[in-house]
Amino acid sequence: MARAGRTHHAGPVTYAVLVLAALASLFPLYWTLVAASTDAHRVVSSPPPLVPGANLFKNLSYVWHHAGGRGMGPALLNSTLVASSVTLGTVVFSVLAGFAFAKLRFAGRGVLMGLVVATLAVPAQLSVVPLFILMRQLGWGNHLQALIMPTLVTAFGVFFMRQYLVQALPTELLEAARTDGANSLRVVWHVVLPIARPAMAVLGMLTFVQSWNDFLWPIIAMNGATNPTVQVALAGLGTGWSTDWSVIMAGALIGTLPLLLVFVLFGRQIVGGITQGAVKG
Amino acid sequence: MTRALPTPPTPERRQLWRSRLYRWDSKGTPYAFVAPFFVVFAAFGLFPLLYTGWLSLHQVSLYHVNQARWVGLGNYRDLFTGAPSRFFWNALRNTVTLGALSTVPQLAMAIGLAHLLNYRLRARGFLRTALLAPYATSVAAATLAFALIFSPEGGMANWFIHLFGFGRVDWEAGRWSSQFAIATIVTWRWTGYNALIYLAAMQAVPGELYEAAAIDGASRLRQFWHVTVPALRPTILFTVVISTIGATQLFGEPFLFGGQSGHQGGADNQYETLGVLMYDQGFHNSMLGRASAVAWTMFALLLLLGLVNALIARRLRRSQ
Repeated sequence: MARAGRTHHAGPVTYAVLVLAALASLFPLYWTLVAASTDAHRVVSSPPPLVPGANLFKNLSYVWHHAGGRGMGPALLNSTLVASSVTLGTVVFSVLAGFAFAKLRFAGRGVLMGLVVATLAVPAQLSVVPLFILMRQLGWGNHLQALIMPTLVTAFGVFFMRQYLVQALPTELLEAARTDGANSLRVVWHVVLPIARPAMAVLGMLTFVQSWNDFLWPIIAMNGATNPTVQVALAGLGTGWSTDWSVIMAGALIGTLPLLLVFVLFGRQIVGGITQGAVKG
Repeated sequence: MTRALPTPPTPERRQLWRSRLYRWDSKGTPYAFVAPFFVVFAAFGLFPLLYTGWLSLHQVSLYHVNQARWVGLGNYRDLFTGAPSRFFWNALRNTVTLGALSTVPQLAMAIGLAHLLNYRLRARGFLRTALLAPYATSVAAATLAFALIFSPEGGMANWFIHLFGFGRVDWEAGRWSSQFAIATIVTWRWTGYNALIYLAAMQAVPGELYEAAAIDGASRLRQFWHVTVPALRPTILFTVVISTIGATQLFGEPFLFGGQSGHQGGADNQYETLGVLMYDQGFHNSMLGRASAVAWTMFALLLLLGLVNALIARRLRRSQ
């Protein structure tokens, strides 16, 4: 079938606008690299530098050792630990709950699913004050579990998986496995997981990006921590007394690179995931 | 129940045991599968939500969280009419103007870009990925990069507008200039994301509709307005809701844009949003009760927005 608009070839104006938009999207990232490779004086000179300078490694090495108390290395490790745990938890729990909501019959299913959807609308901002108190009383202040535990599941993940499995998982296949005497865990392992794998990959990447970039809760939970995550370390650079922008931008570069790397490797799937989630959402 | 199995199981007994296990499995499993979500949500979502409400009726210091003093609606009264009301109404106004400045251009550009991406294109994959790259950038990294671009001393923005004969703008100090700069960050991060959402919806529009319109002699622009936009209405509504919710909670961009004065939204609170106000009251001024009142006010605002949105959605459905 001819898809909407696709029958028309793009003209030069279309290309011009799209290339301009792509440049506008990429320029701040390039600018981060350029600024990170200059020095405190050159970075704010006029006209501004447009090609990388010679100080990239000097600046990177400085923030690597000095940013956020113990430097960017531990911060990167912390962010990786947090984002990975959150991603693992979200994907596993979302598959299980999504499968139950999509294919299993149980009393209260409709009401519970309604609750999941309703919680989509509860903003994170609303819970940071009591979470702060709670974490302090649990003795988790400034610990990574304070960042991991509250986001270990997301309503979006459950919803996303349910939508996917309703269509992708044939009910006959489940019944066949049941008839063969497989218990629920075997069904999940041998039937649900293989089919859910593409959706798990997409949800995993979206969750990782979101968790890595989360800002509000980490800045509250880890404020003043000697061992922060990347975002908190960056915030420390930005709100500190230092005004050496080339060093600050070197920090921003380190904080952005891992995720951009993930993005370059899996960009296609992320693009697919966003469009998929959107059509169904 | 199934505890008593002292004798070696006979075939019948084993059968019985298995069917019992099966029944238990099929009855209990669904609840076991959905339980993690509800347990975590109850502990870290619902409980804090209610606790915030309770805290908003107390005076609580950041340093003595166990010594909450009941003040009833005092925090709300302070916020709306008392000494801090100046900050509250200012933050509410900034949240609205900043939200409009970032949401409207963002969605308008996104729908235009999606329309262009929907043509037969070379390098489509690259263009889509490039447009989405800002989504993979964190608030912190992006805001720092833009803070430098908009820096009043030697920033690139001033150099650029100077090329066109405009004078120097103090992007951080002015109410509108600073809000414009912050809105630029938000728009930069989310335009591509929304464009992809629109693109997906556009690809679901049946091609026959366009063919019919073309036969009727509709130009491409008319086709866009009379076929694409109406077909996209539910998606547009969806993105408006999501962006509005995001705008209501705007925090990272204004917080980091201001550097030293970021926690109060600029030296004159010129871009202090409700999100920043909550942080400032709670974690800078150590008044957790008042911060909770700000949070619940935001919640009420979001519920109100949800209600308005539901009414609009219903009207749209009726008019179709």
